Amino acid sequence: MTERRIKIDVPSLARVEGEGALHLKITEGALDALQFKIYEPPRFFEKFLEGRHYTEVPDIVARICGICPVAYQVSAVNALESLFQAPLTPWIKQMRRLLYCGEWIQSHSLHIHLLALPDYFSEESVLGLAAKEPEVVKRGFAIQEAGNRLIRFLGGRSVHPVGLKVGGFHRAPSAEEAKELLEFLQERLPEAVALAEWVAGIKLPEDEQEFVSVALSTEQFAIEAGLLRNSQGLQITEDQYEAHFTESQSPHSTALWSLMDGQDYLVGPLARLNLNHDCLPAFLKTLLNRLGDPFPSRNMFHSMLARAIEICVVLHEAISILQSYQPDTPSAEFSVRAGAGFGWSEAPRGLLWHRYTVDEQGIITAAKIVPPTSQNQARIERDLEKSLTAFGLDKADELLRLHSEKVVRNYDPCISCATHFLKLTTER
Amino acid sequence: MSKPTLAVHKFSSCDGCQLALLNMGEALADLAQHVEIKHFVEAGLVNEDAKVDIALVEGSVVTAKDQQRIRRVRSNSRYLISMGACATSGGIQALKNLADNPADWIGQIYPQPEFIDSLDRSSAIKQYVEVDFELWGCPVSSLQVSEAVATLLNGAEPLDNQEKLCIECKRAGKICTLVTGGEPCLGPVTRAGCGALCPAFGRACYGCYGGAELSNQSGLRKRLEGLGLPPESIQKRMHLIHPDPQQQNER
Repeated sequence: MTERRIKIDVPSLARVEGEGALHLKITEGALDALQFKIYEPPRFFEKFLEGRHYTEVPDIVARICGICPVAYQVSAVNALESLFQAPLTPWIKQMRRLLYCGEWIQSHSLHIHLLALPDYFSEESVLGLAAKEPEVVKRGFAIQEAGNRLIRFLGGRSVHPVGLKVGGFHRAPSAEEAKELLEFLQERLPEAVALAEWVAGIKLPEDEQEFVSVALSTEQFAIEAGLLRNSQGLQITEDQYEAHFTESQSPHSTALWSLMDGQDYLVGPLARLNLNHDCLPAFLKTLLNRLGDPFPSRNMFHSMLARAIEICVVLHEAISILQSYQPDTPSAEFSVRAGAGFGWSEAPRGLLWHRYTVDEQGIITAAKIVPPTSQNQARIERDLEKSLTAFGLDKADELLRLHSEKVVRNYDPCISCATHFLKLTTER
Repeated sequence: MSKPTLAVHKFSSCDGCQLALLNMGEALADLAQHVEIKHFVEAGLVNEDAKVDIALVEGSVVTAKDQQRIRRVRSNSRYLISMGACATSGGIQALKNLADNPADWIGQIYPQPEFIDSLDRSSAIKQYVEVDFELWGCPVSSLQVSEAVATLLNGAEPLDNQEKLCIECKRAGKICTLVTGGEPCLGPVTRAGCGALCPAFGRACYGCYGGAELSNQSGLRKRLEGLGLPPESIQKRMHLIHPDPQQQNER
């Protein structure tokens, strides 16, 4: 057999948030090298948090990501409030969870309809999909709007909301606003269930792989707080994170890589459903049973169904919170203390960990942030090695590129958090 | 007659201003009836070098590659709109422009700084190419984007709203956070456009829509000093989302 050496350079990973590229080297039909590159230029948030007053942190960290600003705000206030031992009331805790429900709905619906689904209908974009499946897209936009409205309810706008502060919220919305929102959400729940049923019927690649799932866990389905667990039995608190998780840099990426006790791991919707399946409300267990419940699953393509199920989880929860909503004192009093604070939460894409060091005046002296995409980066490479080999390395470059994109999109990488389009280079 | 064409280009940013389009819902499909969207990577449409009638540019210029790319975008576009804080003023990442040794920052975050392509400054789009219209805000709203595009499609120039947030807030009948609340509100020196969200939430404006033209900055500084804020805190507060005053110059 003669060796083929082909080099192509195609602007490629569309429909992800940020800029990335994939380099493949195939020699004699075998995979010689594979690099998932993130080259979104760094924005240095950890540096310019230094010297800022703690009250400015929620507005600053929101700007790391326009798609999941609430996740950044909540992980940050969790870290600072645990340091200051702020006595959060049940109302404040519940409203944090409600705000976060809005971000999961918005981000997951955007990912399913605008980013992931076009792949399964051989379409470039949601606009093409809308011509083939107009009702599906219309329903998707309505569900996404439910998420946006929830965030606006507590935050004024859905991108970089302004309602949250260290110690609680700036304002408690009125009962009338809650009632209006509740009606809109109630209309969306049957649509979300129909979405999950419809997604379960899409034919997916069968691609079982071994990996370790990592997610927060609580009695309820963990979102804004919890203990960290993995599928190997690890159970830790926020302050123990750095003893198990380490970050390193690779030449081909502006995102730092994260490993757990030396190994790659998965965070995000599939990892959460794998670990927290038992916490699902009864109606969703019944629904999943009827759909031939695949969770826990080792097929990363099940992450789209995991997102649809999570939309149902949080929509259902938001409705029950809003049904008994009454305004209350929006924030708690506390005193500033010097020291280190640790905080985390489940961003739509997975675990988001923050650490801040603060002085007596409440000034940030050091900050460290580990976003979900850098945690999934090692797993994405490992997955691509396996899934491209299974797909067939002898396939045409264009087919390899499309399949790679489909695999990468399962992780919903937010490369702005860690970048915008993928260039695929293959050397054969 | 063929439809007018549109491209959305991203530079260094959080992607939040593109959400003004992606969160529009069915209005996005309506927009696609009126314009042909040639390039919008996050939505899956990739044709970076397409010639278009309208280019929406998000993000600031922070790498040597970006410096070249923005010139290509300009030469391929009839009407270029920069949208959002990053594109109009360098954005929050322009905080590094104010640092004494920004080049050192890479070394403090990355163990191997030689792998990172990053200029010392984060620059607004107008620092490199001529910009036809600016949409201010962090983030811009769906209304701002659709108004600007719809006006252009109807053959008119979009109108630059130079009103100050303070006036928008008064008109909305909000209780004044500065005078009544004693909070360090930046409303008197900030561009209108957000709908006075922060005062509606009982908190002081932090200036995310950028500095208004012909505003009385020194008067507000004195007022904030009167509230007991030290000058360095006032300086920091006025330079958070749009930190680099040199980037905000007239087009």
